[in-house]
Amino acid sequence: MSKKVHVQTTINGEAVDFLCEPRNSLLEVLRDDLDHTGAKEGCNNGNCGACNVIMDGRLVNSCCVLGVEADGCEITTIEGIGSAANLHPLQQKFLEHAALQCGICTPGFIVSAKALLDENPNPTEDEVRYWLAGNLCRCTGYDKIVRAVLDARNGA
Amino acid sequence: MSQNGHKVIGTRPIRHDGVDKVTGRAIYGADIQLTGLLHGTVKRSPHPHARIKNIDTSRAEAHPGVRAVVTAHDLPQIADKLADLGEAIVNLRDASNNVLAYGKVLYKGHAVAGVAAINLHVAQEAVELIDVEYEVLPHVTGVLEAMEDGAPILHEDMKTTSMGEETDKVSNIANHFQHKMGEPDDGFAEADVVIEREFTTQTVHQGYIETHNATALWNEEGQLTIWTSTQGAFSVRDQMAEILQMPVSKVKIVPLEIGGGFGGKISVYLDPVAALLSKKTGHPVKMTMTRDEVFEGTGPTPGSYLKVKMGATSDGRLTAATAYMAYEAGAYPGSPVGAGAGCIFTPYDIPNVQIDGYDVCVNKPKTNAYRAPGATNAAYATETVVDEISEKLGVDPLEFRVKNGAKEGTRRADGPVHPRIGCIETTEAALNSEHYRSSLAKSANGKVRGRGVASGYWFNFNGGRSAISVSINPDGTINMLEGSTDIGGSRASIAMQLAETIGLEATDIKPYVVDTDSIGYTDVTGGSRTTFGTGYAAHATGQALIREMKERASKLWDVPADAIDFEDGVFSYRDDAEKRGSFKEMASQAGDAGGPVVAQVSTNPDGSGGGAFATHVVDVEVDRETGKVDILRYTAVQDAGTAIHPSYVEGQMQGGVVQGIGWGLNEEYIYNDDGSMTNASFLDYRMPTTLDLPMIETIIVEVPNESHPYGVRGVGEVPIVPPPAALANAIYDATGVRLRDLPMSPPRVQKALAENGG
Ligand code: FES
Ligand code: FES
Repeated sequence: MSKKVHVQTTINGEAVDFLCEPRNSLLEVLRDDLDHTGAKEGCNNGNCGACNVIMDGRLVNSCCVLGVEADGCEITTIEGIGSAANLHPLQQKFLEHAALQCGICTPGFIVSAKALLDENPNPTEDEVRYWLAGNLCRCTGYDKIVRAVLDARNGA
Repeated sequence: MSQNGHKVIGTRPIRHDGVDKVTGRAIYGADIQLTGLLHGTVKRSPHPHARIKNIDTSRAEAHPGVRAVVTAHDLPQIADKLADLGEAIVNLRDASNNVLAYGKVLYKGHAVAGVAAINLHVAQEAVELIDVEYEVLPHVTGVLEAMEDGAPILHEDMKTTSMGEETDKVSNIANHFQHKMGEPDDGFAEADVVIEREFTTQTVHQGYIETHNATALWNEEGQLTIWTSTQGAFSVRDQMAEILQMPVSKVKIVPLEIGGGFGGKISVYLDPVAALLSKKTGHPVKMTMTRDEVFEGTGPTPGSYLKVKMGATSDGRLTAATAYMAYEAGAYPGSPVGAGAGCIFTPYDIPNVQIDGYDVCVNKPKTNAYRAPGATNAAYATETVVDEISEKLGVDPLEFRVKNGAKEGTRRADGPVHPRIGCIETTEAALNSEHYRSSLAKSANGKVRGRGVASGYWFNFNGGRSAISVSINPDGTINMLEGSTDIGGSRASIAMQLAETIGLEATDIKPYVVDTDSIGYTDVTGGSRTTFGTGYAAHATGQALIREMKERASKLWDVPADAIDFEDGVFSYRDDAEKRGSFKEMASQAGDAGGPVVAQVSTNPDGSGGGAFATHVVDVEVDRETGKVDILRYTAVQDAGTAIHPSYVEGQMQGGVVQGIGWGLNEEYIYNDDGSMTNASFLDYRMPTTLDLPMIETIIVEVPNESHPYGVRGVGEVPIVPPPAALANAIYDATGVRLRDLPMSPPRVQKALAENGG
């Protein structure tokens, strides 16, 4: 076991300090130490997107980022995107379109889609499909997910 | 109001658990945190077949931070005993040996030891320090090779059962059975066209995004609690009681949210190991699998070899069909070949049929249920042959299916006679669909296009056991406890059936999936039974509540209960128009007339699950240079009986279609000569992504199931059945080349086109 490192970050707008081993991924830290279990582990090697978070404005697989790399960064997780009382339009559209079945992929999809809409508020279906190709869903066949994202666009 | 005069059924309310799931608050199996939690992992076999000579755990135990190590010697050795686990009959001794190998390892990835440590990394380090001495044995991974005389034998004590009798022959063939109806030889003699073809399919995985997990606490009083993601908490309880040889009353299973299952989360893998580790350490122990462990250590669905022969007269009548079906069971007997045999010719009315099924052990993980288990392999063969026959006869393939379609009274080759089914209605809806009627434009980019169709059948289980417990709140809302895992919206579909029955809104019902100490025995969420079977219980619960509320109203109004009517959600006394009240109004007073209103109901309906039929239409574009197949348009048609929540019915159809597309075009376990899977990751095991697909159009047909009060048929499984065959038929239409081996991945398509000049 190696010595733990002190890391200072901002998570969902709040300053957060934590200690982690250099080998801990950001996903592990979020889930096991910071009680942010909204990010899910589907593969732990960058292939499913269930763990996605936004780090300094960039969409990342948190399983492929080390906890120590988050030092000085601003991180947005699913917990910071909306709440029951104040759902983000994407969350509302996912509900209306029944864009989830088991729901394990849903936080990752919503975070990814938010990153897309932040960058391109009015994507085409092709652009949505291209952007979301890094997120796997095994339940829905993606149809309702793509529709929900299209419906959450500005001016849609 | 929806059609059929229903108020709630057929509408699309937002699901009860939706907000928790879109905000990341829902607690799935791996999300649980407990005080004093240790983390566990598993040591797995690097060999596909080997004798375990010795396991030395001393170096691992001495590693700093390690708290306990367990092997099969920590499990009670149990006798041969069969148990029904919902989608499959399982031998419990095999189940135990699959959890931790005893004596032999039978596949690469077979668990041999478990470790608990202060964190996962330390546990993983310790796994490397467990020394296992193996005597490596020859292995066999292909189904036909495994059936040959002289093949390496997995179970030295396993004798083939043939036609119901145990023989003296030791072989990898666990079972050979036969279904026969009429005289196939005579039927083929009558036929003008006879087609016989061979097919192979490869091992594929359910591919749920959440990996397996289990957290166990074995406390000092000997009470075991497991928190896990499972399709059936009671099934886990039963398995734990048998594998650990303890009374069911000592085991409590707490089902947390589940991230997909598709049949793969019924058998236990980690749960007994976590329990043993907790018993040894006195701490709760959490175990989760990595993705490669899920591929290599849990049950996929089998690879198979099929030979199908069908004959028809020149006026388009099927006269005879035979099938030889050999399915890989994996390491222990129990492939879904029996279910496959029950489905293989079922969309058709054929007078003369013979089906021979073989359940064959190979050095791969023990197979498990995967959405309509066994039926997709079977339909790939049948539906391709039917396409060829239609072509030879010069008839439209859907017209041919309508003409030969199964209907009420048609007998399946394995015995049962169909109740009212929607086979022909579904095919007709496909035939009349805008998609099928449209013409397919030529490709402008040098690629070739084609259209294919295929049908499929899945039994739908006959309801099974379900329990529901409800209490009425004074505000007229209802807390509804159930034992059925909600894997894709069944809280909503069950709550909606209760709401419909008692005249409330879906949102007035608050459904909870609860632990095994808090509700009556409920069978697994599998076999497409939940919305049918637990919905059946919800309807019965509604009836019980209405009876109870009438008793309360009778006391409050001081009139006889049998003079009180309940209609359109309102209770009223026949002889006095003043005495009336809605369910909600009555709920606010009912507690004063005899205490809180509660009801508990359990059901096990003996009617039919209804049988599900599907017909799919697909347009593809094939790149002859690369062999890549793109899907241009896809329409799935299916009989849902009655669609309770149409969005989730469509969702099941779309999800099943896409799994079938993955199975058809890309997914397979690729084995090297050493018997190792070489693609155990989501990068190399290529499941469909958003970019691989168009929207999936759906047409819901509703031929009510007479065995259910609202006409429900299961919908979850049959949509995976037609896609591989529909794609093969579309590829043929585009290229003139028939593909009879799955997956029809770019290298295979390219090779087939090169060989056949397509
Ligand atoms: S868990 Fe990070 S991409 Fe799959
Ligand atoms: S909803 Fe289950 S994986 Fe997407």
